[in-house]
This record gives sequence, structure tokens and C-alpha cells, in this order.
Amino acid sequence: MLRRTAYSLLVLAVASAVTACGRSAPDGVTAANARGPITVWLSNNAQEVAWGESMVAAWNKSHPDQHVTAQHIPAGKTSEEAISASIIAGTSACLVFNTAPASVPTFQKQNGLVPLSDFPDGDAYIQQRGGALTDQYKSQDGKFYQLPWKSNPIMILYNKKIFEKAGLDPEHPQLATYSQFLKTSRTLVHSGAAKAAIWPAPSSEFFQSWNDFYPAFAAQSGGKQLIEDGKPQFDSPAGRQAAAFWRTMYAEKLAPQEAYPGDAVNDGKAAMATVGPWAVAAYKDSVDIGVVPVPTAAGTSPDDTYSFSDEKSAAMFSACRNRATAWDLLKFATSAQQDGKFLDATGQMPMREDLASRYPDFFAKKPVYTAFARQAQHVVEVPNVPGSVDIWQAFRDEWTKSVVFGEESTGTGLRKASDKISKLLDEYGDPS
Amino acid sequence: MTKLRPTATVTAGSTATAASGGATAGASGKAAGIRHRRARSRTGALFVTPYVLFLALVFAVPMVYTLWISVHRFYFTAPGTHVDSPWVGLSNYRDVFTDPVVGRAFLNIAVFLVINVPLTVILSLVLASALNAKIRFRAFFRAAYYLPYITASVALVAVWQFLFGSDGFVNHILGSHAPDPSWLVNSHLAMPMIAFFVTWKQLGFFVMLYLAALQNVGKELYEASSVDGAGRVRQFFAVTVPGVRPATTLVLIYAIITGANLFSEPYLLTGGGGPDHASTSPVLLMYQKGIEQGHPDFAAALGVVLVAFVLVISLVARKLSERGN
Repeated sequence: MLRRTAYSLLVLAVASAVTACGRSAPDGVTAANARGPITVWLSNNAQEVAWGESMVAAWNKSHPDQHVTAQHIPAGKTSEEAISASIIAGTSACLVFNTAPASVPTFQKQNGLVPLSDFPDGDAYIQQRGGALTDQYKSQDGKFYQLPWKSNPIMILYNKKIFEKAGLDPEHPQLATYSQFLKTSRTLVHSGAAKAAIWPAPSSEFFQSWNDFYPAFAAQSGGKQLIEDGKPQFDSPAGRQAAAFWRTMYAEKLAPQEAYPGDAVNDGKAAMATVGPWAVAAYKDSVDIGVVPVPTAAGTSPDDTYSFSDEKSAAMFSACRNRATAWDLLKFATSAQQDGKFLDATGQMPMREDLASRYPDFFAKKPVYTAFARQAQHVVEVPNVPGSVDIWQAFRDEWTKSVVFGEESTGTGLRKASDKISKLLDEYGDPS
Repeated sequence: MTKLRPTATVTAGSTATAASGGATAGASGKAAGIRHRRARSRTGALFVTPYVLFLALVFAVPMVYTLWISVHRFYFTAPGTHVDSPWVGLSNYRDVFTDPVVGRAFLNIAVFLVINVPLTVILSLVLASALNAKIRFRAFFRAAYYLPYITASVALVAVWQFLFGSDGFVNHILGSHAPDPSWLVNSHLAMPMIAFFVTWKQLGFFVMLYLAALQNVGKELYEASSVDGAGRVRQFFAVTVPGVRPATTLVLIYAIITGANLFSEPYLLTGGGGPDHASTSPVLLMYQKGIEQGHPDFAAALGVVLVAFVLVISLVARKLSERGN
């Protein structure tokens, strides 16, 4: 009996070993020059999927020997978690057209990304397409592991009908300064026109600060990142002003402390939202929208106001066996022609320096996007530092405690977050 | 098994000598019995082998791997790529014990268990006793209590949010008396709300366990106590409670293990841990650290600490529930 059990265990061990061998990574040098079929993943945004499928169809028509298959990113709580799991399993697609820059250091650490700078024309192509904005996307070793693809600069979108209902002028909303924004918000809520003036998710996930604090901080600080030169920047007058503004919004119940289980703007529960240009297409049939920049304490002109980019990159993953095809497809998908088609189909901003002047017909035809195109020239990215997710989580923990729920002063919250993040930067700088 | 072999050999030899008499017949019968038992033992072993293998692969291997990860600096990487995982001893455990969020998560679980476990035991025993009696619509009530247990958590969470959301049904009734911040985002109320939710959701399962146990409590005990003048309440404490004590131990331990593994409810009800980690549970924290933040070594150490915590609490609960047996 024991012998039989031993045989069974041996068979299982052999089967496990064979399965483990199946998880081998492709040889980097061979893969870099290999061409053949590849798979790309797209986000599940309907307009983006339509563009992706048409782009892939155009490629397949002229490259029958290098067939490309487009699929949605596998379902998960966030795309980043699904991609991370696929890296570990060795099942990621060659290219993912929805990679969050905050996750790039993690994917790099997992050996999941192919450095695009290693392609002979890699750096030149990326910098030529994106101009000066691309420097923010270089990793600490000086290489590009992502191609900055599209930005969704965060602006304030408002529902004109709700403004009218509250007795406000929807064509000239008073939202430029903190005091104007607060006054308008009070009118919206106290008049009963909407339950909330604005309703960003007040929950604890690390990425939620990209919709409330970070655009406000970028605008108030004149374009500072959360971390610069290895030091946190937000425990500063600009950070404290932005935090105090949001604390007032929550304390006066102009922004609710509980997450809305759906789309508050679409459901008419909130009069405003912090969103990118993707929302224009999403709301076009249901909400009559207007767009203004994020407020600042004293108010700045729209052309001088910074915001968070909410950028998504395209990245190549190390499971890819035909990387020459993947690089060619990446250049094809981000060519001037495809960028124009992408802009037209989705309203999202390709990361190009000359965006408004290169596609004048589009902006003439759809003027609501012009504000986003202008904003796209003044955007701030998340800092490309190791431990990025930990850093944002540390910030969010203090933000929910002090700003959303007022359990301590906003100044104390920012100082604690800054101390925690300084420690994390030291730890990641010295992983031994 | 091995001790039986010499006896079996001798007995076989005795049979071979064809000695007559009762002693030989007895020896032959004993040998047949031993052969029969060995054959049954082999068959039994054959049947349990798949489960032993399953246990080894699905529980033992990951358990040992978890212990290994917890004493190394480790993170998940793409297959086929070599990354050093140096031995760090108890460093991950030190991080676990010094992280204030871990302390908060265990405190949350303690609050949860203090509310959930006694409520579960008391309510399920009382309800099972009532549903064991001959009452009208007994089948309907049994099914009604069991329904939440077999319904997906996501669907029930929606009901709970409808009731206890800031704009929910309960707050509409309470008006200005509603708590601020509301139930599910209030750092003092979030965890008790989760404890009540889980109690309600799982009650049906524990009622079923007690119903099964009640079938084994002899009717003559109730008759005898009745003759002695005991009323319903006295019978409940003098006959029912001691009669289902083994089931109570099972319910206690199962409720503790389920509670300590709390994940879906804080994840779905309070948006991933609520304000200031007011409803973060150790398992939710393992997910956040291990999957969201890429620290599987920390998560593994936390998992080992959680297993030890559950073992200790379960042993204490068992000792207490069996005291006086």
C-alpha cells in the first residue's frame, strides 16, 4: 500500500514539474527579434474597445502573417490586479493598452515588463510622440517601461440642469476659487437641487486620492508631484489649503462621507464630478454637461491651472514571445493617424504635445473637448517611484481619517502622511 | 499491522499441521478474521488515499510554502525569472506585530467575535428549539431562516445597504436621530453592523446543526422533567442545553473560525475597510498587503499569526464549553 502511495506521489510530482516547466519565460534576445501572432488587451470602455478592434483589423489586413488578437483585460477589482496576476502566471498579453503608471514600478519589480528603451528606436519614438511630458514616465534606471499613451486630465464636470434648478447660471458657474466653489455647493445642496454638490468616492482604496486631493494639490501648487527629488511635497501651504478645502466640503455635507453605489451624476444625486474627457461620451445622452478647471484658493486662469493627468500607458509584457511584432504594433497603434481615430472614437487625449493643432477638425466639431485638450498640456503624473502603491495607501489612510471624517486636524493628517511616506521612500531606497 | 504478522504466520502453520480440535478451529477463525481486517484496511486506505493526496496538495503544501515565505523577503515574479528571496528570520513577524493596522484588524475581529459568537449560539439554539416543536408552518420557517445562508453575500449586502446606507430605509425612519456619520461608515458602528449582518446571514446553518443535535436528546428526559414539575424554561436549561453540548462546542468553534476569516462583508459593505480601518479584518489586510500592495511575505506572516490566534481562541472556547461535562 505504501509503495502504491509512493508511486502515486511520484506521478504527481512529475506532473507538477512538467506544469512548472510550462511556465518558462521566453528568451529575451530571441523574443526581441521574433515576429508572429500576438495578443493585446484593451480596457472594457465601449468606445475604446470599438477603436481597438478597428485598429487591430487594420493591422491584420496588412500583416496576415503577424495576426493580432484583441481581448478585454481579464475581470478583476482593478485592471492592475488582473495584470499583476497574469504576470505571475505568465499569461499576460504582449501589449496592454491600459497600464496605470502607479503600477509600473510594481510590474517592473515582478520582472513583468519589457524595457521599451531596449528597442533601437524606443526612446526616440516615445519622446518624439509625447514631447516634454514624457520625462515623467521614465523609470529610476532611466529607461521607459511604458509608452505614455493617453491622458484623461481631471476637470470639474457639472450638470447644467441641476445648476438651473438651484437658481445658478449654468453658462457662467462660479467655481474658480475655493470660496466660490463652496458658495455654489451650498446653494446646490441647500436648495434641494441635488443631494450632493460633488461625490468623489470617500473610501480607503489607494487610488481614490487621484480624484479629490491630487487634482486640487496639482492646481494649488502650480504643478507639483506628490513626491519630488525623493521628498514628499504635500505637507506644504498648497497641500494644506487643498486639504482644508475638501475638509469643509465633507464637514458641511456638501460631499457625502459614504461611497455612492453607482454613478451619482448619472443618477442626478450629485451636481458635479471630478472626471476626465471619457465622461463626455458616457454622459452625452443623459446629462447636459459643462466643464471647468479644478478650483484654487485665489482662482487661476484655465490655461495656468494644473491637474492630475489620469494617464494610462501602453506597456509590453515579458511573457511576449514575438516582441518585434509587438513593438511594430505599438508604433502603429500610436501613430498620428490612429491617435486621431482614437480621439474621435473615445474623446480621450492621446499624449501628444501638439494635440489641439494636429486635430483641429475634431475640436472644432466637438468644442466641449477643447477644455480637456488645453488641460492636457498642464498635467501632473503620479511619481514613478518604487513602492508607489504603498505610498498612495499611506496617504489615503491619513486623508480619510483627517479630511473625510475629521478625526484629527488636516495639518496633523498631512504631517503624519508625509512622515510615513518619507520612511517608505527610505525603505524602498534601501531594500536590504 | 506489523505486530500481527508473527501471530498470523504461526496460526497458518498450525492450520497446515491439520491438528484437530476446538483450539485449531479457533486459531483458523482468528487468522481469517485478521486476513479480513487487513483486506478491509487496504480497501479503506485505497478510499482515503485521494483525500490524503488532496489534503497534502491543497492544504499541507501551501501551508509549508506560507511558512517558508513568512521567513524570507519574497514577492511574486514572472515565471522563469530569478529573483533572490533572502532569509530574513522573524523580520516579517516583527513588521506584523509593530504595524498599528494589524492591531486594529485584530481588535476589530475581537469586537466581531464578542458580538457574533454569543448571539449565534443563543439565537440558533433558541430558534432550533422553537423549530423543533410542533408549530404551524414549521417547514416554511426552517427554510426562511436557512435562505440567507445560501444566498450570495453580494445580494445580501445590497439589502443591508438599502437598509443602513446614509440615505437608507432605517435612517429615513430615524430622521434626525440617525447616527452621523452613518452606520456603515461610522468608526464605532461599522464593525458591530458587520457582526449583526454575519449573524443574520449564517444563523440558518447553525440552526440546522442544533436541529440535528436536538433529535438525539431523549424524549424521556423531557417527560421525566415534566413529571418532576419542570416548566418549558426549566426544561430548556436542564435538558436541552446539556443535551446539545457537543453541538454547542461545534457551533462555537465553527463560528470563531468563520469570524476570524471575515473578508467579503467588510470588503463589500464598507468599501475595503471603512474609515481609518474601522472594519478592516486580518484576512482583508492580507489581501490588501499581499495582492494590492505586493507584500506576500508580510501577508504570509500575518496568515500564520491569524492561524495561531484562531487555534488559541478555539481551544479556549472548547475548554469552556466542555467544562462540567
